[in-house]
Amino acid sequence: MSGSDGAGNELSGAGRERGSGASAERTMSDSTRADVCAAAIADAFSEDGEVFASPMGLLPTLGVRLAKLTSNPDLVISDGESVLLGGTPPLGGKDVIEGWIPFRRVFDVIAYGKRHVMMGATQVDREGNQNISAIGPFAQPKRQLLGSRGAPGNTVGHRTSYWVPKHSPRVFVEQVDTVSGVGPRRARAAGSAASRFNDIHRVVSNLAVFDLGGPDDTMRLVSVHPGVSVDEVVDATGFALEVSAEVPTTREPSTEELLLIREMIDPKGLRFKEVPDA
Amino acid sequence: MSRKPRDKRMSIDEVIGSLESGMTIGIGGWGPRRKPMALVRALYNSDLTDLTVVSWGGADVGLLARAGKIRRLVYAFVSLDSVPLEPNFQRARQSASIPEIVELDEGMFQTGLKAAAERLPFLPMRAGLGSDVLVNNPWITTVTSPYDEGHGHEELVAVPALRLDAALVHLNRADPHGNASYLGPDPYFDDLFAMAADKTYVSVEQVVDTAGLTVDTPVQRLLLSRMMVTGVVETPNGAHFSTCTPDYERDERFQRAYAAAASGSDEDWHAFHDRFLAGDEASYQAAVQAFTEETTK
Repeated sequence: MSGSDGAGNELSGAGRERGSGASAERTMSDSTRADVCAAAIADAFSEDGEVFASPMGLLPTLGVRLAKLTSNPDLVISDGESVLLGGTPPLGGKDVIEGWIPFRRVFDVIAYGKRHVMMGATQVDREGNQNISAIGPFAQPKRQLLGSRGAPGNTVGHRTSYWVPKHSPRVFVEQVDTVSGVGPRRARAAGSAASRFNDIHRVVSNLAVFDLGGPDDTMRLVSVHPGVSVDEVVDATGFALEVSAEVPTTREPSTEELLLIREMIDPKGLRFKEVPDA
Repeated sequence: MSRKPRDKRMSIDEVIGSLESGMTIGIGGWGPRRKPMALVRALYNSDLTDLTVVSWGGADVGLLARAGKIRRLVYAFVSLDSVPLEPNFQRARQSASIPEIVELDEGMFQTGLKAAAERLPFLPMRAGLGSDVLVNNPWITTVTSPYDEGHGHEELVAVPALRLDAALVHLNRADPHGNASYLGPDPYFDDLFAMAADKTYVSVEQVVDTAGLTVDTPVQRLLLSRMMVTGVVETPNGAHFSTCTPDYERDERFQRAYAAAASGSDEDWHAFHDRFLAGDEASYQAAVQAFTEETTK
């Protein structure tokens, strides 16, 4: 629905490197960076139970469908337009219809709360605020983006995660220029009506996974993707990240997951347009 | 003598003629979906100025911004979907050419229309709390709940009513009296726009007699009742280049040409304007047909 507006391609080469633990020889079972991202996104939805999963953009859609086919079959998914899908079709595919979700009912579900959205973020900051509205001063932006869309309501209504396909210091900034999506600190400052349902769950990028488990609800590095070093992530982040002494590696997808990604959900390899493998 | 409700059919020019500069005009549809583009094109070419435009925006906002018609813009996003950033809107924002900007959360926008439709000054909502929507619109304030449901007296956004002088919407079918149906996947919020407005003008693909509205269509698809409608205009292909499912989908090729012209030089835009927008709706549709034949060869 909302095309996150990607800028720059400077990190697209990162997908080639392999973790030192992985075998040097690439085999059919090797997962690509896009596959790792899909599994990390799927993990963000694995414990949600029976809620409406709203992925914005390609990798989030892939990850949500992977979760529905593995860890969380109860997820409610849509075609991104107006119907709920009974099965789990490939990207762009059709399936049995199990419900109707025109835009007005999306707003109903946001208020109802049984929803987990994964949005894009042109900027996201240390306190988990997100910007999809404007770069530079709001009165006369250097770059006008989409507008705040549903981010203000999503973030005070239910669980929200973010997907960043090109991790860079221009995206991970100390302070976003306009607060569209509200992080926990600002939600607390706005009072209990804002903080009660504020739940910024995960930020997944092409390099790593984050949450807001740092001091005073700031961003913390949860895991680095195979082949990515902690230093690389720190260098590509425009603020001081909370980094523990031992940062785990993001898990590789299982053979079953790889099969589902490659043969069922994304046989055309659309994911490589967002997270290139070479 | 048959005593029937009024026949509200009118022309595009009659609709535009009933509007005035300085009015607040709501435009139905959603982004690049089922927009009343024939009426918007006529607004673009009109002498009207200083409009407040209220829209979940697509090319409607882009065109009116490019023509300098907008004094105040109320929106939650402006997007063409397959072209995520609307170039004419972007250009207007980056040159600060729209004097007043009201960017809302998209759910707040619905709540504002609902308040207006219910003749309330505001409705309470969580959306907006903690975000820059409240920073950039300091006139939007909060209200304390008189009730404590165990979480204290919650402080909620008092979303102001989005009252409209006129609403412009596009549906698939209407009868001459203003009963209108949508045949696509989503009603969007056209009924709310209609009830939030003093006058509502509905353009449709096809005007049919009243019985024709339900002959092949479930009654639940009748979104607008004639009591909400001021005028009915038949404008075949009138939502072009946005979607009007199932009559037609978005014209992606034309949208790309529009976006290229809008983000190009002034000469590029003038050429696009001269070819497609300078004349009336009939000449627009003829130029689009020629464009389609030319580009599908």
